[in-house]
Parts: sequence; C-alpha cells; structure tokens
Amino acid sequence: MTAIIDYRAGNLTSVRNAFAALGAETVVTGDPAAVAAADRVVFPGVGAAKSAMENLRALGLVEAVKAAAAAKPFLGICLGMQILFEHSEEDGGVDLLGVVKGRVRRFPDVPGFKVPEIGWNGVEGAGGAGIGEFYFVHSYYAEIVPETAFSTEYAGVRFTAMVKRGSMWACQFHPEKSGRVGLKLLKEWMSC
Amino acid sequence: MLTKRVIPCLDVRAGRVTKGVKFKNNVDLGDPVEMAVRYSDGGADELVFYDITASAERRPIDIGMVGAVAKAIRIPFAVGGGISSVADMERVILAGAEKVSVNSLAVRNPGIIAGGAKAFGAQCVVLGMDPVRSGKTPSGYEITTRGFREFTGIDAVEWAKRAADLGAGEIVVNSVDADGTREGFELDVTRLVAEAVGVPVVASGGAGRPGHLVTVFREAKADAAIVAGMVHFGDYTIADIKEAMRAGGVPTRMSW
Repeated sequence: MTAIIDYRAGNLTSVRNAFAALGAETVVTGDPAAVAAADRVVFPGVGAAKSAMENLRALGLVEAVKAAAAAKPFLGICLGMQILFEHSEEDGGVDLLGVVKGRVRRFPDVPGFKVPEIGWNGVEGAGGAGIGEFYFVHSYYAEIVPETAFSTEYAGVRFTAMVKRGSMWACQFHPEKSGRVGLKLLKEWMSC
Repeated sequence: MLTKRVIPCLDVRAGRVTKGVKFKNNVDLGDPVEMAVRYSDGGADELVFYDITASAERRPIDIGMVGAVAKAIRIPFAVGGGISSVADMERVILAGAEKVSVNSLAVRNPGIIAGGAKAFGAQCVVLGMDPVRSGKTPSGYEITTRGFREFTGIDAVEWAKRAADLGAGEIVVNSVDADGTREGFELDVTRLVAEAVGVPVVASGGAGRPGHLVTVFREAKADAAIVAGMVHFGDYTIADIKEAMRAGGVPTRMSW
C-alpha cells in the first residue's frame, strides 16, 4: 500500500488521480502509524514551508517522515521535496527536516523572470542530457547537492529539479501534472 | 528553459463545450472530458474551462465535470464561472482543478482574491479581466464586467497591480476589442499589464493563426496564451501552433 501523507499542505486530488491512473492503490493519511506501516510513501505539498513544518509537528509526523525517507521507497513532491532539505529562506528563515544536506532559497529578482515560476521547464540529467519538460510552480528553489539527479534553470539560477538517494526520490516539479513524462517517472518510482 | 504555454479555452454550457462570438451564435463542439483528453494528448500545456452560463443562471459551477476532467488528464487546468465565494473555490480545487479563475466577482469583491490566496496559495488564484479600449482611464484600457456588458471606470493596469498585490498568482488579459475577431491578440494591453505586474500574464482574445502567438510572446511579454476557435474548429492543431512558435524562436514544449 502506498501512503500519501496529508499534513494540510495543499490539495491531494491530482496526486491521487495520477496514482489511480497507474492502477496503484493509495491511502491518504496524516497518521504516523499508517505512514510507518505503508510499503511506499508519497510526501506532496504546496504552500508555505513554515506552516507545513508546524503542521508536521502538530500531527507528530516529523519522525515518521524521516524514518520513511531513510527506509522505504519515498517520493517528495514540490514543497515535500524542499522540506527534506536543512533550511529555507522563506518567512525569514525556517529549519526543515535535514534529510538532505542543503538549503532552499528565494529566486532573485531578475528582469523578465516572473516569480513564482509557473509552467513547463526543461530538466537535465547528469552531463546535461535532456529528460523532458515538467510542470513547475514555485517561488523558492533547492540548491544543487551531491544527490541532485536532475537539474533545471530559471532566473539565472541552476537548481535541483530532483534528488535521488536509492529509492528516496524528491522532485521540485509536479510529476502528477506533467503529462506522459510525469506518469512515466511515477511508474519508474513505483518499481524501485 | 521555461517554455511559453499554449492554453485551449473551453466554454461550457449545459455540460457541452460551445463557442460563440461575443457570447452569441453558440455552436456545440463536444463533450468537455473528451475534448480535454484530445487537447492534452495533442500537446496543450494547460486548459481553462469557463462555465459560461453559471453566473447568469445564478447556479454553482458543475463540480461533477471538474472531477471528471481531473481524473482524465494529467496536465494543469483552471476553472472559472459560477464562483461566488471562497467555499466555491475550495470545491473546485478539491475536485482536482489546479487553479480557479475569478473575474466580475473580484471587481465587486476584491477580498475574494486575498481570501483565495490565503486559503490555497496565490498559485491557485487566477484573475481574469476583460479590458476594453477607453479614453476614460489613464492606461487607455477600462475594465468591463459581466461578459463585457458593464463598464466599471476602473483602469486595467491599476486593477492588475492591485489584484497581484492582493494575491492573484496569474492574470488573464482578455481583450474585449480582440475577442472573437481571430485577427490577433491586443498587444498593447497585454504588454502594459505584463510590464506592470510581477506575476505571469496570459494573453487572451483574438488568436486566429499560429503567428499571432509568436507575436504575443515575442512582442507583448506574455507568459502564456489562450486559443479557442482556431483549434476548436479544426483550422489548426496545437502541434501546428507549437511548430510555428519553435520556428519563431519562442521557448516551446515540443514533446508530450
């Protein structure tokens, strides 16, 4: 069973619909015991990092999320990826889970680049090989780290599009809204 | 590189997609879910649905349709029409829409923008505006409401800035003058708004040929553009448009 963690950080309908399209059985839960019992864990999220961290603490999910990221197939999406890092510049500074060593920063003000970045941006793998375009919606980005598997560029900054550490994957883009390339990526994660 | 988005717009009336010119002469085009799948498979970057009769009939938007579209496609879509409260916005988002679009309602009650942005995040709240050329406001464009029927005296650029400050994550500039003409987007008002706000701007109204999109992206600083009749009636495909964009040097998502 795949658990989709609900910590009141955005709507989960699209994530559920995408896994349903792959024929995967999912359960939406905010219960740490259910996260611990799941075979695979999806950690989505949109919105503000500070309130998301507060919600995780209030629901007693901090240790359950860290344990799942370390021990079983785990997929962070958007804010769910950023929260795995150590620290974000959002709201004057927020300490995050620290599963991945690295920081989350605000896009700089650059003429011609709107913030948030909204839309389909090209993603590159190691050595610059194109992976395809994925759908992004975000105002903050995670810096490049040793686990960065895919990267992309906006407002003059190259940043992490996806980190991979074994079966722990986390992406800044929304695979559930990225058409066929997104579904393909979810399918690959389901088989790791 | 971030690509420029091509967004087919589907006007829904009584459960069917229709198309008319300036809200008249509506032609039945098909089932919303089937059309959503066809456009998604054909390379559309996003979709927008307007429940065009919901407001006039004072009824809520068709949530069943929103849910069916969300199950059928894997690209983002926005929904507008028949939204009268933050609770209505929530129903649309929970049904699986990425964004909710407000237009006349936000002119009457700008607080709906802030309320929606606080509840769901600015990225979920789209402000639609229908500016018309006018000598009465500083920018030369005045906001109309209720399907172009009422003039408000509000300046289009001032309204765009205020909406962005209130929390609109994206602004759709639908030119009343260009709408339905298929003679090209109204470049001036698109550029004025795009230069005035820090959020993405979607050009709307007047798309008739692929070259019109190339022009609006290159010359009017639009981040996305809405197409309707030119694709609905089969004159062009999304692929035709995107090939022209690519050839015209516009960053474009070419594989889907």
